[in-house]
Amino acid sequence: MKIAVSASDNNLDTMVDPRFGRCAYLLIVDSQTGEIVSGGRNEFAAAGGGAGTQTAQWAIREGAEVVLTGNVGPNAYNVLRAGKVKVYAGVSGSVRDAIARLNKGELSEISNSTVPPHSGMR
Amino acid sequence: MRIAIASGKGGTGKTTVAVNLALMRGNVQLLDCDVEDPDAALFLHPQISTISSVYVTVPRVLLHRCIFCAECAHFCAYNALVVLPDQWLVTPELCKDCGGCYLVCPEDALTTERRKIGLIQFGVSGSVNVVTGDLQAGEAMPSPLIRRVKQEANKEGWVIVDAPPGTSCAMITAIEGCDACVLVTEPTPFGLHDLQLASEVVKILGLPCGVVINRSDLGDSGVREFCRDKGLPVLLEIPFDRGLAVAYSRGVPVTYVSEHWRSVFQELLDAIESRFGDKKR
Ligand code: SF4
Ligand code: SF4
Repeated sequence: MKIAVSASDNNLDTMVDPRFGRCAYLLIVDSQTGEIVSGGRNEFAAAGGGAGTQTAQWAIREGAEVVLTGNVGPNAYNVLRAGKVKVYAGVSGSVRDAIARLNKGELSEISNSTVPPHSGMR
Repeated sequence: MRIAIASGKGGTGKTTVAVNLALMRGNVQLLDCDVEDPDAALFLHPQISTISSVYVTVPRVLLHRCIFCAECAHFCAYNALVVLPDQWLVTPELCKDCGGCYLVCPEDALTTERRKIGLIQFGVSGSVNVVTGDLQAGEAMPSPLIRRVKQEANKEGWVIVDAPPGTSCAMITAIEGCDACVLVTEPTPFGLHDLQLASEVVKILGLPCGVVINRSDLGDSGVREFCRDKGLPVLLEIPFDRGLAVAYSRGVPVTYVSEHWRSVFQELLDAIESRFGDKKR
C-alpha cells in the first residue's frame, strides 16, 4: 500500500508538514518496505488558490490509499474522499515515526476536514 | 461622489458611520457590500421593493462524453477542476468563470450550471436607497456578489459603500473604483495594526483616505501618531458614549436620537465634502 505524507523535506527523518495542500514535499512511501517510492517537491505549495485540490489529485494519481498530514481543508478533503483515500490528520513528528504509528494502528482516520478553506495561505 | 466606509477589522462601528452618514446626507444610495454580515438594513429598516437572486456559472460534466483526459483540469489556472481516472470533480468556490475549460475539452463534455450565491435586496428608507448584498450561508466567495451589488451603483450623486471588514479580496472588490475611502478604527494596538494594513491596501488602490476614530477616549495615542506620520486626515473622533451604544443595540440610528449626534455626523459629512468633494462625479 502506498502512503502519501506531507513533509518538510525530501527524506524520512524530516517532520510531517502540518499543511496538506501547501506542504513543502509530498512523499509517497511504500508501507511494506518503508521506503520513499515517489513524490517530491510540491509545486502547488505556492498556488494562488486551490492548492489542496491539486495536491490531493497528485496523491491519488500516485496511487496513495492513505494520507498522513497535520491539517486538511474541505476542498482537498472532498477530492481525497472521492479518490477513496483514507485521511489521518493531526499527525506530527518525523515521517518515519508517523508511518510506524500508522502500522501499529495508533493513528485515527478522520471523516471531515480539520480546518476551513484557504487555511494553508495564512 | 462614491465613498467607501471600511475598517481593518469588524466591530469598529463601520456600519454606524455608514448608516448615520447616509441619513445626514440624504438623497444618497447606500450599497451594503458587507455581504457576509449585511446589517445596514437592521438600522435603516428600508421598505423592500425587489429581491433578486444572484448566480454564478460553474462547469458541469456530461459523464457519457468525458474520457477523463484531464485537459480541463490542466487548463484551469484556478485549480477548480480535478480529474481522477474515473471521476470529474469541480470545486465551485474556486471557479472564476473564465470559460476556458469548456473550450479545451476535446470531447465537448462540459456544460454550464448556475449556482445561486446570494440575494440582492432593493429598498428605500426615507431618502436613502438601500441596496443590500446577502451572501448565502456557507458560501465561500463573496466577491462575485459584491461586484453584482456595485453594478447597481448610481452613476451620479452620492453613493456610500459599506465594505466588508478586513483586507481581504472582498474588501478590495468593494472599495475599488470608489472616489475615496473612510477607514473606521479604534485607538488600540489592535486597531492600529488593522488600520496599518487597511490603509496600505487603500493606498495601493490609489484612493484618498481619511480616518474616523471611534471610542476615541479609550485607548492610546498610537492611531493618532500613525495618522500624523502618514498624513492621513482624522475626519472625526467619536468618544465612547453610552447613548450611542444603547441606540446601536436597539437598532436605532443615533442621528435619530439627538441633535448632538446629528451635528457630529454633519461634521463628518462636511469633512468628507471638503477633503474629497472635488472628486465629485
Ligand atoms: S471556467 Fe475557468 S475557472 Fe472555472 S473551472 Fe473552467 S477553467 Fe476553471
Ligand atoms: S477535458 Fe473534457 S473529456 Fe477531458 S477530462 Fe475534462 S471534461 Fe472530460
